[in-house]
Amino acid sequence: MAELTDLTLLEAASALRAGDISSTELTRSCLDRIRSLDGQVHAFLTVTEELALDQAKAADQQFAGRSNDSLPMVLGIPIAIKDVLCVEGVPTTCGSKILEGFRPPYSATSVSRLVDAGAVILGKVNTDEFAMGSSTENSAYGVSHNPWDLDRVPGGSSGGAAAAVAARMCFAALGTDTGGSVRQPASFCGVSGLKTSYGRVSRYGLIAYGSSLDTVGGLARNVADLVPIFSVMAGHDPLDSTSVPDPVPEIHLNGAPKLRIGVPKEYFIEGLQPEVATAVRAAIETFREMGASVQEISLPHTDLALPVYYLIAPAEASANLARYDGVRYGPRRGPGEYPEDYFVTRGELFGPEVKRRIMLGTYALSAGYYDAYYGQAQKVRTLIKGDFEAAFEDVDLIACPVTPTTAFEIGAHGDDPLSMYLEDVFTLPANLAGIPGLSFPVGFDSDGLPIGMQFMAPHLGEAQLFAAAHAYQAVASWHTSWPEL
Amino acid sequence: MALTLEEVRAIAHLARLQLTAEEEKRFASQLSDVLEYAARLEEVDTSEIAPTASVLPMNAPLRPDEVRPCPPRDLMLANAPDREYGLFRVPRVLELEP
Repeated sequence: MAELTDLTLLEAASALRAGDISSTELTRSCLDRIRSLDGQVHAFLTVTEELALDQAKAADQQFAGRSNDSLPMVLGIPIAIKDVLCVEGVPTTCGSKILEGFRPPYSATSVSRLVDAGAVILGKVNTDEFAMGSSTENSAYGVSHNPWDLDRVPGGSSGGAAAAVAARMCFAALGTDTGGSVRQPASFCGVSGLKTSYGRVSRYGLIAYGSSLDTVGGLARNVADLVPIFSVMAGHDPLDSTSVPDPVPEIHLNGAPKLRIGVPKEYFIEGLQPEVATAVRAAIETFREMGASVQEISLPHTDLALPVYYLIAPAEASANLARYDGVRYGPRRGPGEYPEDYFVTRGELFGPEVKRRIMLGTYALSAGYYDAYYGQAQKVRTLIKGDFEAAFEDVDLIACPVTPTTAFEIGAHGDDPLSMYLEDVFTLPANLAGIPGLSFPVGFDSDGLPIGMQFMAPHLGEAQLFAAAHAYQAVASWHTSWPEL
Repeated sequence: MALTLEEVRAIAHLARLQLTAEEEKRFASQLSDVLEYAARLEEVDTSEIAPTASVLPMNAPLRPDEVRPCPPRDLMLANAPDREYGLFRVPRVLELEP
């Protein structure tokens, strides 16, 4: 065996079952790789070495002398957690100075389900502050670097998660997706990333950004590796009032499905990098060769998703982030007087993008503007959701690019937030409609940077996403290429 | 839709954000750009359209009102920047009558 970190999650799981390796060895190999490479990549904000080795030891005890067939696939598998998800007792910053030093008294349901199933937590990975961004450049703790080209961003906001998976520092990572924050970094880093349906995975313990849009998802080296992560996390949780009661289906990956695939013409626009369009079209052609029917469809309100999102998400954020007042958690700044401490604490400890979105949301919700901005955005959201409902009467899946371009250079968007927002143009609609999406690699551009494609499915249609994307990875090999570091 | 500096200050006050003079200027221009971009929503006829606040077709679920254990006080206070007598300590909010 070469390096243990070269294995996929499922290969590592079967090696653990066969007794060929121990979780302790696997975990140490990840920790070694983090130690030797994370100085360049900066994926991790916190490495929980002691916790990880304790969990690995516990997993090894479970494997010892047991029939291993009934043990969870994630048992003993080292994973990383985006730093917006609470892990009990482990620093959780949301990439913000306003939560510096915060140690949550409980874990997110998504995390605790994985821990209960025996997954090993390697640490917390970088994110744009409060998940607001598309590059990790908005993290208060420094930018992460794309392992394919260290001068480029890994995408965001789950950029640390994508970079850690691409650099083979972990076997999978939990991310969150409010407007594309799993799918876009997965695309930029050449890994597979799942945005779950709204309500499918509990948001309990996910530090809130846009509550009607936030979802927990996963990133891994291939689609099949995402399945055990999803299956453990998903399902009803009484601690989240928006968690859906529907049962989670068992995921089967066998067989190339006879799918009806819709290709929305509004996603092949001016500004789309030609190599991205070519690679996505080629992948769609592969599905046609596998027996899928492909038809052009229209999602006519696509161009309105961006303005709708950038009113609704900031409005929800401005309410959610009102809780950071320097009283119950995080540092407090100011002269020790009311109300000055609130202003100084928030003014000094929130970064510029968070302040911008709080301001934007406050404005959109304020008296006299509510109907024109927030109210109108919610109505247009209905139209966007309706586009998908109409499309899914004729097709099973929608196939399109994840991002207009491959990974951009660090600093490329300078101080121009609107140009950065345009990076999210293909990923926002799924969040507004609450539907699941899966991003997976379909090629490389002439600079050797990964190109991703996404499938979107009807609400709770994750099983279809997995089956289709896995069928592609059974015949394509993009997901088996890894960056040299 | 260009925001004035006064409007930016008013929004920052509502949001309890202290901004530097430089931030006020920068945000006035950047937020104006975004609002200008968002103005295209005005052109959409939504007179017959209901708003979507949540994509889920469910009402807020109810649960039995049962007594459950609450996390220990010290644990919930552990992250506070200032605490005393088992409480969050904050600056005085009300003036006492003499």
